[in-house]
Amino acid sequence: MSDAAHTSTVLSGNSLLYLDAVTVSFDGFKALNELSLILEPGEMRAVIGPNGAGKTTMMDVITGRTRPDTGRVVFGDDVDLTRLDEPAIARLGIGRKFQRPTVFEPLSVHDNLLLSLAGDRSPRFALWTKETPTERDRLDQLLATIRLTDDRDRPAADLSHGQKQWLEIGMLLAQEPRLLLVDEPVAGMSDAETEETAELLREINRTRSVVVVEHDMAFVRALGVNVTVLHEGSVLAEGSIDAIQSDARVIEVYLGR
Amino acid sequence: MLRDKLTIVTLSCILGGALLLAALNLLTPGASAAHIADFIVSLVGKYLCYAILALAIDLVWGYAGILTLGHGAFFALGGYCMGMYLMREIGARGVYANPILPDFMVFIGWKELPWYWQGFDHFWFALPMTMLVPALLALPFGWFAFRSRVSGVYLSIITQALTYALMLAFFRNDMGFGGNNGMTDFKDIAGISLNTETTSVGLMILSALVLSIAFLIARGMTRSRFGKVLIAVRDAESRTRFLGYRPESYKLVVWVLSAVIAGIGGALYVPQVGIINPSEFAPGNSIEAVIWVAVGGRGTLAGAILGAVLVNLGKTWLTSALPEVWLFAIGGVFILVTLFLPRGIIGLFAACSPKAPVDAQPGAAAAKSAAREIAG
Repeated sequence: MSDAAHTSTVLSGNSLLYLDAVTVSFDGFKALNELSLILEPGEMRAVIGPNGAGKTTMMDVITGRTRPDTGRVVFGDDVDLTRLDEPAIARLGIGRKFQRPTVFEPLSVHDNLLLSLAGDRSPRFALWTKETPTERDRLDQLLATIRLTDDRDRPAADLSHGQKQWLEIGMLLAQEPRLLLVDEPVAGMSDAETEETAELLREINRTRSVVVVEHDMAFVRALGVNVTVLHEGSVLAEGSIDAIQSDARVIEVYLGR
Repeated sequence: MLRDKLTIVTLSCILGGALLLAALNLLTPGASAAHIADFIVSLVGKYLCYAILALAIDLVWGYAGILTLGHGAFFALGGYCMGMYLMREIGARGVYANPILPDFMVFIGWKELPWYWQGFDHFWFALPMTMLVPALLALPFGWFAFRSRVSGVYLSIITQALTYALMLAFFRNDMGFGGNNGMTDFKDIAGISLNTETTSVGLMILSALVLSIAFLIARGMTRSRFGKVLIAVRDAESRTRFLGYRPESYKLVVWVLSAVIAGIGGALYVPQVGIINPSEFAPGNSIEAVIWVAVGGRGTLAGAILGAVLVNLGKTWLTSALPEVWLFAIGGVFILVTLFLPRGIIGLFAACSPKAPVDAQPGAAAAKSAAREIAG
């Protein structure tokens, strides 16, 4: 099934992200083994897999943190991401949310978002620029979306854990990425927060493609999207959550032999 | 609010203090109790140059997280450029009365002025050199170091090695910079005799002016979006990459600017102390300068200035009263400040004010996140 999808998308040439036989090894251990994966524009995909399946390495390869030994990662029509570094890839429109929220603690909520707004990233620009009315409007919108309007002038260090998660999502939205990579967004969240996060991701997915790496099956089910199961660095299965959960190989990998 | 108040207080202290000292030196009779002796004027001038160096260090350490242990090298290079000009300005008044060659070159038997000494007889040439030379060293150094993502203690060690290597190089007579004696016996600067009290006062006030300008430039930079990116890089460098920033470019800009500021400090220092020699490159000097910044308050600019002046006041007093105690005292102060005043003396004032400045508290933010980590 995945092979068929593979060919047709490549031929039509309209995939957003195309991992083509990517292999990464660390000291002989193959973290990714001929991994191939295709993401359509506008799609949201959940990636699951046991520890060590290669989920984080896959994210690292896409965002330029790790360079693959072999294989290509094609973004849009013809950009080979394996030739670019992190800032260049980020500027292309790929945003990444880490598992632990990483915000700039001494800076205010407002400044965290301001630095994330899509735009010129050169030191020269940063030295002379002033906040424009357009930027101010955009920041007001974002603050409202992530419900931190009243906290805009507080240092990010003073926010609660949940608020930091939201601030980081706001920072990602400010980047206006075409593709958003989200690493375990609901780790350590309450049920209500998990539900809210699923809602938020679905909303983000209306305008952007999203890849979510997650352990939490209930959350993946709530997202209601296609699932890719990684195992030992390659794709074990792909399909709807129901198909995945009844797949004998997946059950074996997840529940042990 | 506090930041603006701090800026005004800082500028008034520097400029007001300098003018007051100048007036008390020039306008009061020598016998009066209010009279300020000439040596105090030169001493303050020296402190102001140290404050310029401290400001330069605070820019890179306080805001970009680059702990430099070799900034004395840029200070000394600026000083050497000025020294070269002052040497050439002596002209035929030297011991050997050679109109072109400085005394030490005649002494080691050189017949011709080396190429790199050309042009230093002109003030208009030497002055930009005091900035250009430190920048030309800082640029490739920073480019390689930041691009290879060398940071933390490794970078500190390399900066330390840099200044040490330069010290050894400048000790050699064949370098053509006067070997271990360095350069001294300066006569005048831009046609004005260096040996009058008016000149000392003038240089001291000039140092205060330059310090104020450097402070305003640094303040403008750190409060711009550039400064916010620097703070982001300092605290979460890899995160800034995923936002599309290149931390290495930001570090390089602030690093080179900081080297230039340090060079200017050195250039003002040499005519006021009347000598420049390789001991200015000594690693200990650079480390001491970092301590000034830590004592005053890292990442606050004003704190760096305050720290430089206070620690050097203490040094002047202690090295004459109890010379053998000085090293223990500075070491002890550094330990105490690190343990109990992570935000330095300025941090004490900020703690008393209702709303602390946001971008001025690397120590506090670090302490908070550490506390959270421990608390789980």
